[in-house]
Amino acid sequence: MDKPIDNRAWFLALPVVLIVAFNAIVPLMTVVNYSVQDTFGNNEFFWNGIGWFQELLDPTTDLGGRFFDSLGRNALFSAIILAIEVPLGVLVGLCMPKKGPGVAFTLVVMALPLLVPWNVVGTIWQIFAREDIGLLGWIVNHLGIDYNYTLGPLSAWITIVTMDVWHWTSLIALLSYAGLRSIPDAYYQAAKIDGASRFAVFMTIELPKLRRVLLIGVLLRFMDSFMIYTEPFVVTGGGPGNSTTILSIDLVKLALGQFDLGSAAAMSIVYNLIILAACWLFYTVMTNVDADRDATRVEA
Amino acid sequence: MAKIELKNLAHSYKPNPSQPSDYALKPMNMTWEQGGAYALLGPSGCGKTTLLNIVSGLVKPSQGQIFFDGQDVTALPTEKLNIAQVFQFPVIYDTMTVYQNLAFPLKNRHVPASAIDARVKEVAKMLDLERDLGRKARGLTADMKQKISLGRGLVRADVGAILFDEPLTVIDPHMKWQLRAQLKRVHEQSNVTMVYVTHDQTEALTIADKVIVMYDGEVVQIGTPQELFERPAHTFVGYFIGSPGMNVIAAEVAGDVARIGQHQITLNRAVTAPAGAKKIELGIRPEFITLNGAADGIPVKVKRVEDTGRFQIARVELEGMPLAVIMPEDARIDGDVARLSVDKKHLHVYADGHLVEG
Repeated sequence: MDKPIDNRAWFLALPVVLIVAFNAIVPLMTVVNYSVQDTFGNNEFFWNGIGWFQELLDPTTDLGGRFFDSLGRNALFSAIILAIEVPLGVLVGLCMPKKGPGVAFTLVVMALPLLVPWNVVGTIWQIFAREDIGLLGWIVNHLGIDYNYTLGPLSAWITIVTMDVWHWTSLIALLSYAGLRSIPDAYYQAAKIDGASRFAVFMTIELPKLRRVLLIGVLLRFMDSFMIYTEPFVVTGGGPGNSTTILSIDLVKLALGQFDLGSAAAMSIVYNLIILAACWLFYTVMTNVDADRDATRVEA
Repeated sequence: MAKIELKNLAHSYKPNPSQPSDYALKPMNMTWEQGGAYALLGPSGCGKTTLLNIVSGLVKPSQGQIFFDGQDVTALPTEKLNIAQVFQFPVIYDTMTVYQNLAFPLKNRHVPASAIDARVKEVAKMLDLERDLGRKARGLTADMKQKISLGRGLVRADVGAILFDEPLTVIDPHMKWQLRAQLKRVHEQSNVTMVYVTHDQTEALTIADKVIVMYDGEVVQIGTPQELFERPAHTFVGYFIGSPGMNVIAAEVAGDVARIGQHQITLNRAVTAPAGAKKIELGIRPEFITLNGAADGIPVKVKRVEDTGRFQIARVELEGMPLAVIMPEDARIDGDVARLSVDKKHLHVYADGHLVEG
C-alpha cells in the first residue's frame, strides 16, 4: 500500500516536543549547566569543567566523603528494608484468606497503609515513636529499653526501617497474594498426590510462580527506598548527627541548605545515573529470565 | 495394585442435600478390577470429575465408602492413598528437570536414591522420555508435560490406580492418537488400574475395556464398547454414543406390537412396560434401519441425504418425528417417500429413558 508522505506532519508532534522540553530537558540542562560551573554569589558563574565530579567521586575530599557516606547509608537502608519486606510480604500473602467474607476485609486493611501520604506517615511515626508523648516510645522506654530516635543512631534507624516496613510490606503482600491466586488448583492437588510437604509446595510451586511478581515488587521497593526523602526527613531530619542522612536528604542539605549549586548539581546527576543503572540492571535481569524461558521453548 | 470398590457413594456440594437434584453425584455402587482400563464418559457437568476427585481423596464424599482391596480408605488423606492423577492441564514442576520431576514423588516418600534412579530410568524408558531426562521441564511441549505427569504416577511402585481427568484436552490432534496408543501400551506393561475421564466417545471407546456412561450425576450404563453400542441401557447412552446417535421415537407398546401413530411394528419378543411408566419410546440405531429394503416397510418422508464420504445419512420423517438412517455409499433414493424397515434384533423399548428388558 502506498502511504502518502508529507513532512509537514512533523508539526503535529511539536506540542509534545515542547512539553517534554519544558518539563524535562530544560530543567535537566540547567542542572547540567550548574554542575560544570562555580559561583561565589551575585549571580556570577565561573567555568569549573568536570571539577565537581572529580571531587564528588573522590572519597578523600570532603564532598566525596560525605557523598559516599550517604550513598552507603542509602544502600544499607534499601538492603535492610528489602530483606525484611520481601519475605514478610510473601508470608503475609500466604496467610491471607482465599475465600469468604474475610477477603475483602483483609484487602482493604492491607491497602490502607499504601493510601496514606508520605508526610502523614512521617508525622504519624514521628509522634508515635516519641519517648515522652508517643505510645510506642513511651511503652518501650517504660519496659526498660533505652529508646530515643532523636539521640540514638540505632533508635533512629530502627524507627525509619520500622516505618518503611509498616508502610510498604502491604505492597509485596498484595502482589504475592495476586500471584498466589493465579496458581491453578491442579498444582496443589498434584503436589498432594505426589506427597509433597507444605515447605516443598512452597519451594517447588509457589515460589517459582511468584518469581515474576516478586521481581517487580523488588524493583519497585528498591527504587522507592533508594529515592525516599519525605518520611525519614519528617521523622529524623537526617539525624542524630548524620546517622540517617541518606542521599536525598544530603542533596537537599547541599543544594538548599548550603546553596552549593555546583556540587549539588553534580551530585544530582550522579544520583540520577545510579538509579538509571539500577533500573537497567533490573530490566536486563527480568528480560533475561524471559529469554531463558523462550530459548528452552524454541529448543523444544 | 488395587481393586477399587465404591459402596453407596454419593456427593453433594450443598451442606444439607434434600432432593435428588442437590446431588452432584447420586448414590452408586461400582467395582473397578485390578489392572482394568475404565473410561468415565459423559457430558460436562455430569459428575465425572467429582467422582474422580473423590476416588483420589481430593474431595471427601457426603456419604458412602471407598474400598481399596477390601480396606476402607474413605477417610484417608490423598497422600496416603496409592492413587495418582493426571490433570486436564499439564502440571509439572517448572524449576526442575524432567528427571527431578519424575523423582519428586519418590523423594517425598523418602525412597533411597539408588532405588529412585532405577525406577525413574525404567519409567522414562516406558514413556520414551529417556533422552529428555536432563532437560528443564518448563520449556517442553504440552504432550511431553502430560507424559511427565503420567510418569510421576507410574514411578511410584505402590501406585494402584492412575486417574486421568480429560488429559488430552490441550494436546494437538495429531499427537492425541500417538499419546492414546502409548497410554494403551503403558497400561499393558504396567498392569495398573486406569480410570479415564473424558467426554469424547472415540477416546473412551479406544482406550477403555469398560466404559462407564454418566448422565446427570448418575451412572446409566457400564459395559464394553460393543454393549454400549448394541444395547444402550438408557436413551442417553444411545444418543451420546454413535454418530449420528440412536433414533428415539415415541410409541405405544402392547405385548409384541409397537404402535407409532397409525403404523405398527411387530417386535421380536413380548415386552411389558413397567407399571406407571410415563413415557414409552422405541430406540433404533441408524445403522440398523434399511430404506426400500422390504415392500411392506413403513412409508416415511425423505428430507435430505448427507454424504460423509464413507456412508450416507438419510434424514427422514416418520409421523413428524425425525430419524437418521445410514445407507451405503452407492444407495439411491428416488422421490421423497421411502419404505423403512428395521432390524428387529436391535430395536429396543425404553420406559422413562431406561431399557425395558424382555
